[in-house]
Amino acid sequence: MAKKVEFLQGNEAAAHGAIYAGCNFFGGYPITPSTEVAEVMSIELPKIGGKFIQMEDEIGAMSACLGASLTGAKVLTSTSGPGLSLKQEIIGYGCIAEIPCVIFNVMRGGPSTGMPTGPSQSDVMCARWGTHGDHATIALMPASVQECYDMTAEAFSLSEKYRMPVHVLPDEIIAHMRERIEFREPGEIEITPRKAPTVPPEQYKPYDTSFGDVPPLANFGSGYKYHVTGLNKMQDGFPTTKAEIVQAEEERQVRKVSAKVDDIVTFEEYMLEDAEVVVVAYGSTSRSARYAVNVAREQGIKAGMFRIKTFWPFPDKQIKALAAKVKGFVIPEMNLGMCSIELERCAQGKVPVLGIFRVDGEPINPVQIVEKIKEVK
Amino acid sequence: MAFDYEKYLRPGKLPHIWCPGCGHGIVMKGLIRAMDTLKLDMKNTAIVSGIGCASRLPGYIDCCTLHTAHGRAAAFATGVKMAKPEMNVILCGGDGDGTAIGGNHFIHACRRNIDMTYIIMNNYIYGMTGGQFSPCTPTGHKASTTPYGNPDPNFDIAKLAIGAGATFVARGTAFHANQIDKLIAEAIQHKGFSVVEILDDCPTTYGRRNKYKSVIEMMNRLKEVAVPVKAAEKMSAEQLKGKVLTGVLYKDDTKCDYTTEYAKVIERAQAK
Repeated sequence: MAKKVEFLQGNEAAAHGAIYAGCNFFGGYPITPSTEVAEVMSIELPKIGGKFIQMEDEIGAMSACLGASLTGAKVLTSTSGPGLSLKQEIIGYGCIAEIPCVIFNVMRGGPSTGMPTGPSQSDVMCARWGTHGDHATIALMPASVQECYDMTAEAFSLSEKYRMPVHVLPDEIIAHMRERIEFREPGEIEITPRKAPTVPPEQYKPYDTSFGDVPPLANFGSGYKYHVTGLNKMQDGFPTTKAEIVQAEEERQVRKVSAKVDDIVTFEEYMLEDAEVVVVAYGSTSRSARYAVNVAREQGIKAGMFRIKTFWPFPDKQIKALAAKVKGFVIPEMNLGMCSIELERCAQGKVPVLGIFRVDGEPINPVQIVEKIKEVK
Repeated sequence: MAFDYEKYLRPGKLPHIWCPGCGHGIVMKGLIRAMDTLKLDMKNTAIVSGIGCASRLPGYIDCCTLHTAHGRAAAFATGVKMAKPEMNVILCGGDGDGTAIGGNHFIHACRRNIDMTYIIMNNYIYGMTGGQFSPCTPTGHKASTTPYGNPDPNFDIAKLAIGAGATFVARGTAFHANQIDKLIAEAIQHKGFSVVEILDDCPTTYGRRNKYKSVIEMMNRLKEVAVPVKAAEKMSAEQLKGKVLTGVLYKDDTKCDYTTEYAKVIERAQAK
């Protein structure tokens, strides 16, 4: 049977990718440039018996998502920068209480209202650090409409596998452009279900580390009675201020991702075999970077591209390996150097990191990147 | 035989955090009696709260309990109820949590008429943080952040709930303990968003700043100001001055609750 093929926006594709992954609850609040995700979900979810709710604000949307997730629903919310700022409070709750959910955040300019209809990549640090306290982060970076579909589906698996909120971070260009996409067949993308408890209700503890760094999560209403709180807690879910427990639990919640970086991190290597200059790029900017690498190659420059697909956790190992053998990095990004900080950290001063930073709402064009590639000596 | 509260409580979680003289424990006992009257399936019951002294209540009760972030109980609970309408969803918390930081979620839960019961313990103060004024602190009263008297007008929670669209609104007091379970039971049975405000006391952070010499004096005040709705019908405006109405203040059985309304959306979507 021929695959279902459509010509869609990134936002629309993300909604379909979510439904492919089994999403059956959406809680959102209207915000440009992500609104199409909510619109498609409001059409599609009731068709499959799922629930769509437009909440009174972004915090409420995030809260409703986590409440629904605790009953076993697979939940999605979509937003953009100002909404992400508001959601931070409850993202932190999702981190400490370890509740799966997917946040599709379309990056526009900022701070504050910024440029609502312009593209940006300036939420990458907000996604990483945007809630108080220590916590792990997983964030995926689509660079095409197909990847909006695929990565949103994958984000559901990651959120269930690691029991935490997971971000998908398209820039506005990727979210609003239209491309041909293929709807996936069942089984084509691995869908990881929630790890359900194997013990009877009377023995169940929601943070039982005897099952590993990611304890099984029982659904509300499935016969398991337990407590969930945003306070530091013990394995049974009840609050504690005992120093050694708080320390161990906080470390576990970060370790559950940091110890699995190799399983989580995905990337694309383009013409890297003999590359002397490596353009590190992500999202729509990687499309200009690919063109620029081709142009540079035509001019006899050994250029290549490392495309970041998993932004968080950051591909430290791969960048460090490249830093040991190339002449320099070029990093084009639609912010004032956020990924650049990470590159410099990984390069450890061994090679130069040359940035092209635009926050004027205009995409970075290949010519700019080619010129910068030539600056690497 | 004395009522057996323990079968509803989680073993080993008492003593509770509340101060001597606080009314929250009286409200918790009322809730437990209400759940017992209705024979609620505790495996299928969620109690959701925000932050503050009153929001610690769920931790003591043996069911699905969700102690959320400050003010967010109604929003989390909305997600629980939407995703699993067959669950009994009860919210609890204080006046600051529910009407200040959580005010937006509160009014919208009322407006949606989602089938949940919200028990608001109104002690006119932020107790857990040491007695700052809340939207329910009476004008002129003292709090740690209104040392010269509170300049703010205060909310009437029941009127706020009715105005926002709640279809069952009741008020009781911590003094009238025997009425609490009946009000809560009726609220839970009501199909739609129900609000039960319980006038409470905080001797530690509110009473001592406002010249209440003892818990007994605070309890007596609750006794004196409360007037049952029925009795109030026969009283003059003059007689009702300074009094607070108690009992079921508002009930509307004609409006469809939210999850039933959304089931119709699903039907329409699937019929296409």
